[in-house]
Amino acid sequence: MIAQYVVNGILIGSLYACLAVGFSLIYGVLNIINVMHGSFVVLGAYTTIYGSQVLGLHPLLAALLGAAVMFVFGYLIQRLLINEVVTAPIFISFTLTFGLDLLINNAMIQAFTATPRSLVLDYGSVSIGGVSISVARLGAMGLALVLTGFLYWLLRHSQMGRAIIAVRMDHQAASFLGIRVNRIYALTFGIGALMAAAAGGAMAVVYPITPLLSGVFLGKAFVICVLGGLGSVPGALVGGIALGLLESFGAVVFGSQWSTTVGFALMILVLMVRPSGLVGRKGYE
Amino acid sequence: MMARQHILKAVAIAASLAAIVAFGVTANNYILQAGTTLAMSIVLALAWNLVGGYMGYPSFATAALFGLGAYAGGIAQTAGAPIALAWLVAAAAGTVFAGLLGSVLLRLRGHYFAIGTIAIVEVMREISNNWEALTGGAVGLNVPIVTGSARDVGLLFYFIMWGLAAAALLITSIVAASKFGFSLQCIRQNEPAASMVGIDVFKTKCAAFMLSGAIASTAGAIYASMVAFIEPKDAFNVLLSIEVPVMVMLGGAGTVLGPVAGATVYVVLKELVWVNFINFHSAILGIIIIAVVYVLPGGVLRLIDALWRKRPAAPQPRHAK
Repeated sequence: MIAQYVVNGILIGSLYACLAVGFSLIYGVLNIINVMHGSFVVLGAYTTIYGSQVLGLHPLLAALLGAAVMFVFGYLIQRLLINEVVTAPIFISFTLTFGLDLLINNAMIQAFTATPRSLVLDYGSVSIGGVSISVARLGAMGLALVLTGFLYWLLRHSQMGRAIIAVRMDHQAASFLGIRVNRIYALTFGIGALMAAAAGGAMAVVYPITPLLSGVFLGKAFVICVLGGLGSVPGALVGGIALGLLESFGAVVFGSQWSTTVGFALMILVLMVRPSGLVGRKGYE
Repeated sequence: MMARQHILKAVAIAASLAAIVAFGVTANNYILQAGTTLAMSIVLALAWNLVGGYMGYPSFATAALFGLGAYAGGIAQTAGAPIALAWLVAAAAGTVFAGLLGSVLLRLRGHYFAIGTIAIVEVMREISNNWEALTGGAVGLNVPIVTGSARDVGLLFYFIMWGLAAAALLITSIVAASKFGFSLQCIRQNEPAASMVGIDVFKTKCAAFMLSGAIASTAGAIYASMVAFIEPKDAFNVLLSIEVPVMVMLGGAGTVLGPVAGATVYVVLKELVWVNFINFHSAILGIIIIAVVYVLPGGVLRLIDALWRKRPAAPQPRHAK
C-alpha cells in the first residue's frame, strides 16, 4: 500500500514540477507573480483534449502543439502588455496579471463551459511488485519530466539559457553585455506559458479539467515555488515531488478535503524557517 | 486661511451627511442596497489603506479578515449573543487574529508577504468548509434575521454601515496626522532606515495590521447580520482581496480620501457592468483593473489634484519591493 502511495505521489509530483517550473522561472527572471499561470495550464489541457478528440491527433502531438501555441501567446502577452509594468512595484504587476486572468478565465468559461472534461486514454497498465500504474499516466509523467529536463539543459548549456540566467542575476549588467533584456523577458514568459500548457496537457490525462481549476493550479505553483526555492529548475522538481507525496499521504492522514490547507500550512512554515526554499541558494529568495 | 479651510471642511462634511441621508430616504430597495455596498466597500478600502497604502505592504488578506468577522459575528449571534455584542466579538476576534497573523506574515517582504496573505484566504475558506460543527460547512450558516419590514431593516443597515465608514474615515485621518501614521510612512519608504531612527518597526507593523483587521472584521460581522446567511465561498472570496486594493489604487493609496473616492468610482462602475453584462462581468472587471493599472496608477484624486492646480502630479507612494 505504502509503495502505491509513493508511486502516485511521485507521478503527480512530476506533473506538479512541470506545472511550477515555468511559474518559478517567470517569478525569478521578471520578478512578477503571474496570476495567469493557472489559466495557461487549463488552456494547455483544453488544446490537448480538443487536438486529440476533435482533430484526431496523437495526444502527445496535441500536447506539444498546444504548448507551442501557448509559447507564442505568452511571448506576445509579455511583449505587448506586461513589459509596460515590469519595473513597477510588485503590487502593480500582480494586479495587472490578475485582471488579465479574469478576462481569460471568463472567456474560457464562455468558450468551454464549466463542465469538466478529461482525456481518457486506455493503453492498459503495468504492474511492478504489486504497484499498478496506468501507461497513459506514465506517459504523462514522462512528458512532464522530459520537458523539465530539457528546460534545465537549455538554461545550463544553450546561449539563450545563459542569457536568461544572466538577466535573472542582474538585468542591468546583462544589458551592458549586449543582451536584449526585453527580448529575454518575453522569451522567458513564453517558456513559462509553454511549460504550463504542457503540464496542462499531461494533467488532462490524470484529472478532469474545468476552467474553474485555474485557481487551484495557481495555488499549487505558489506552494511548489516556495518549497523548492525560487527560480531554479531542480527546486521546482524537488518542490513538485514533495507536494505530490505530501498530498498522497496527507489524503490518508488528514482526508483529501484538507489538501489545500496542508500544502499552504507547509508553505508558510517553509517561508518562516527557510525562505530560500529546501534546495534554493541564498540570494535567490 | 486656516479658518477658511475649517469652514470648507465643515461644509463638505455637512453636505456629505445630507447627501447620505437624502439618498437613503429617497432610494428604492435595490438602490439602497447598492448604497450599503458602497459604504462597506469604503470601510474595507480604508482598512486596507492602512496596511497597503500608508505602510506599503501588498496585503491580500482582506477577504480573510472580512470572512473571519462574518463568521465570528454569525456564530456569536447563533449562540444567542445580542447583535451589538456579536459585532464587538467579531471586532475583537479580528484584532486578535490579525495580531497573530501579522506576527507571522509581517516578517516576510514583497512577493512572499503577498503570497502568504493570499494563502491565508484559501486556508480560511477550507477550514470554514470542513469544520462543520462550528461553521455549518459548505452548506452555510443561517444568522438570526433582524425582524421588521424589508425597507426598515435595509435602512437600518444602510445607516449602520455608513456609521462604520465614518468611523473608519475618522480613524484614518487621526492616524494620518499622528506619529504612528508617520512611522508607517517611514516603513513604506525604507524599513531599515525607519528602524535606525528608533521606530519599533515590527510592533508598528503589527499594530497597523491589527487596526486594519478590527475594521474589516467589523464590516464582515455587520454584513453577516444584514444578509442573514453566510457561506465559505462568499465570506472568503479571493476576488474581494483584489477588488479592495484596486479601489484604493483607483482613488490614491496612502491618502485619507483616496479610498473613499476609489471605492465610489469602482462600485458605481461595477453596478453599471453588473446590470448590463451579467455573463461577462468578471471579464469587464478585469478590463477595469487593467485600465486602472495602465491609466491611473496614482489614483483619481492625484489626477484631479494635478489638473486643478496645473502642476505635475505628486510622486506616487512606493510599495515594498
